[in-house]
Order: sequence, then structure tokens, then C-alpha cells
Amino acid sequence: MTLISEQQLPSIVKRLAHQILETYPGLNNAVIVGLQPRGVFLSDRIVAALLKELPAEQVVYGKLDITFYRDDIRRELHLATQTDLPFSIEGKTVILIDDVLFTGRTIRAALDALLSFGRPSKVSLCVLVDRKPSRELPIQPDFSGKEMDALTPLKVKVRWKENDGVDDVILLGE
Amino acid sequence: MALSTKHLLGIKDLKTEDIQLILSTAGQFKEVLQRPVKKVPTLRDVTIVNLFYENSTRTRISFELAERRLSADVVNFTVSNSSAAKGETLLDTVNNILSMKVDMVVMRHSASGAPHYLAKHIDAAIINAGDGINEHPTQALLDAFSIQEKHGKLEGLKVAIIGDIMHSRVALSNIYLLKKMGAEVMVSGPPTLIPNYLQEAMDIRVEYNIDKALAWCDVANVLRIQLERQNQPLFSSLREYNLAYGITKNRLDKLDKQITIMHPGPINRGVELDSDVADSQQSIILDQVENGVAVRMACLYLLTGRSNPA
Repeated sequence: MTLISEQQLPSIVKRLAHQILETYPGLNNAVIVGLQPRGVFLSDRIVAALLKELPAEQVVYGKLDITFYRDDIRRELHLATQTDLPFSIEGKTVILIDDVLFTGRTIRAALDALLSFGRPSKVSLCVLVDRKPSRELPIQPDFSGKEMDALTPLKVKVRWKENDGVDDVILLGE
Repeated sequence: MALSTKHLLGIKDLKTEDIQLILSTAGQFKEVLQRPVKKVPTLRDVTIVNLFYENSTRTRISFELAERRLSADVVNFTVSNSSAAKGETLLDTVNNILSMKVDMVVMRHSASGAPHYLAKHIDAAIINAGDGINEHPTQALLDAFSIQEKHGKLEGLKVAIIGDIMHSRVALSNIYLLKKMGAEVMVSGPPTLIPNYLQEAMDIRVEYNIDKALAWCDVANVLRIQLERQNQPLFSSLREYNLAYGITKNRLDKLDKQITIMHPGPINRGVELDSDVADSQQSIILDQVENGVAVRMACLYLLTGRSNPA
């Protein structure tokens, strides 16, 4: 089943970018951090949309891999990808971007990881799909593209042209 | 994807994919080590014992730093102040330690094969930190990582391993690794310090003329003369060794290219390597030491994941 179609996705990305700009005008003192690996596809799109509204020097953008901060190494080995945060986050507002907010454990790890780089004044969260009923930790998004009440056994797969050949969000395992 | 092995006993047992996985993971850990906070919580419920039956400064500190930066609990054991000095067997010592719930053993031992023997008898994952004159896998991995960092690749690169090949576990691990990764390998040094099976059994170039070896290679990995492992004189004097086989500025100036100089440490300055070469721009000796921590973090991380299937 399709949750977000190829036609809907660009407008949702655009809306998320605008909501971020409304809350943080001019991205003053704010930085964008995409979560590796799959959150980066969304953050790349959002950053592209932000660059249409703002001069390049105002859009500070990095990528964060949270593999070494996970709480499940004893269950499953994950392979790390590149972290690229070539700026200070000390005292900044960090806008974390990921594709799907599910149990909340990835974001918990991401908060932990961020603290290794400094002490942000505020962290805010933007996701494409918010799977609210499946949350295991008290973590909520500030910006979300679509809320979804599917139960845990179902998988949400976000597909991106640059990686999967198509732009959409589908439900698997029905 | 995960390592194909539960223990890291030697490069000989690793697949090419294992080596690539360790090197790429080490790259991620190197980035972690540049952060303001260099510690990650990855191994926070893992206990590791460092069993050193033989002297070591660099390797022991490097392993301990790697373990602590991964938030593991660390227990150190050195033979001089332990029950091994009272005659306890290796297996008894290790079983006693393991009964205190230890997940991983990092071991250095003067007997070749000691970690392999342990691996047959205990459940914990074992990392070989050097066994006799057999292997020193993490050294070869950090050497490879450092070469790759400097030259961008291993495949097709010409690496000369120079000096005391006979008594060197670093040499053997490097030879296995470089061959698996597609580099060309040459060994050079006095005939008395080069085992005669290398050329035939392992298809390695042997060059007794040091100047020819230097002219051939892109990278020279200079090994320490291991006087402590030599029971009989294998060359006439240290001074003569330096004259005939030492890497001097004079020798390097004669080349028409700048080769990379490596040394696993500790250096006998003025014997196998002169000070002005060791401290020069073309030496990556301190990079090797720095990279050692990241490479060992990668090994510990990948083995922990491997040893605890869901």
C-alpha cells in the first residue's frame, strides 16, 4: 500500500522546509543535521528547498551517524557510515532530520551522539513519517510529514529516486 | 555484514572482505577520535581483559585506550605481578578470569600459537596482540590503514618490508595482509634474518641489496632488530648493520622519488632507522600509532557484534 505517493512527496518536503523556516526565521543560529544513512535523503531534499529561500551561507548542514550510540549491539551488528559535522553545534539550535520516527530509539541515540560534539541550546526533530503508536520512548517530532497509525509488525519503507529509483513511501508486510 | 570469524587470531584466517570491513570501520572510528568528546558508549556492557605475557608499551596502551573510548570495562593483567609467575598454567589463568564474566581477551604471549590454543578451549572472543614470531594482526591492519590513508589504496602498491624478517610477527602479518589486498611485497635485509622459505612458499620477492629494495618500493616498512629473540649472533655488529642495511638519509637522497617510511616501533635509532629519516616528512610513524587506536576500536566493535548473535 502506498502511504505517500510520488506526486505527494515533493509538496510534503516543501511544506516541512517552510514549517522549519517559520519556526526558525532565516535559520538564525540553527543548523540542519541529517541522520545517516536514510535520513540524509530527506535532509538533502529539505536543504535544497531551504536554499531556494535563503543564501547558501545561512544554511549550515551536516550528517550524523549514530551507529556507535545504539543500545542493541548485543542483538545486531550495524555498520557505521560517515559522520560529517564540520561546524560547532555549541549553543545552536539543531534540527535533526530522519525519514521515519518509529520506536524513538534512533533519536535517543542521536541525542547522545550530538552531545559528543557540544551542547546545543535546543534540539528539534523533523521526520517524514511519524509512527506514533509504536513509540517506546518519550520522544515526539516537532515537524512531521505524515502521521501513521500502522501497528508495529508492518514496515514503512521510504524510497528515494537517488537510491531506490522511485520517490514514495509504502507499507510492507500486510 | 559481519566478520567471518569469532576471534582475531591472525591475518592468515581473515577473508579479504573482513579486512575491508575492519579498515572501513576504522575510518569511522578515526572520525570519532577527532570529536571534542572522543568516547562512545558502544561497548558499555562489555568487559575486556588485557593479558600481557610479554612486554609492550604501545600495543597495550593502544588497546586500553581503544577499549576505554568504546566505554568497555577493562582489566589489565601483566605477568610480572600475577599468579603466572607462581606457576599457574595459561588455561587456568584465563579460566579463572573468565569465571568473573569477561567477554573478550586481548592477549600477547611469547609462544607462537598461544591465542590459537586458548581459542580452542574458551568461549570468549580472543584478539591476538602478538604471539611469539607468528602474527600481530592489529599491527598489520593499522599499517594497512596508514598506507591506505597516505596513498589512497593498497592494490598495486609496492611495499618493502625491511630488516629482521625472521623474528618478526609484524612482517608475517603484513605479508599475509598485503598479499590478500593485492599489494606487491618484497622483503629485504641480511640473508641471516630472512627465512629461506619465504620466496618459494609465499611467492615473495627477496632482495638482499637494500638500495635496490628502496629503489623498487613505494612504501618501506622498516622493522626493529629484535635482539631479544636472537640466540646466536646473526650479524656482526649494530654499527655494521646500520652501514649495510640501515635506512639513512643518504640512501633516500639517492632515490628519484619520495618513498613512505614506516616503523612499528620501538625504533632502534641509528640501527635500522636513522633519526633524521624517522622524524622526516616522509615518515608516517606517528600516524601509525594514532591510527592504531581507531583500528583496534574497529576490531573490538566488530568482534563484539559477532560474538553475540541474537
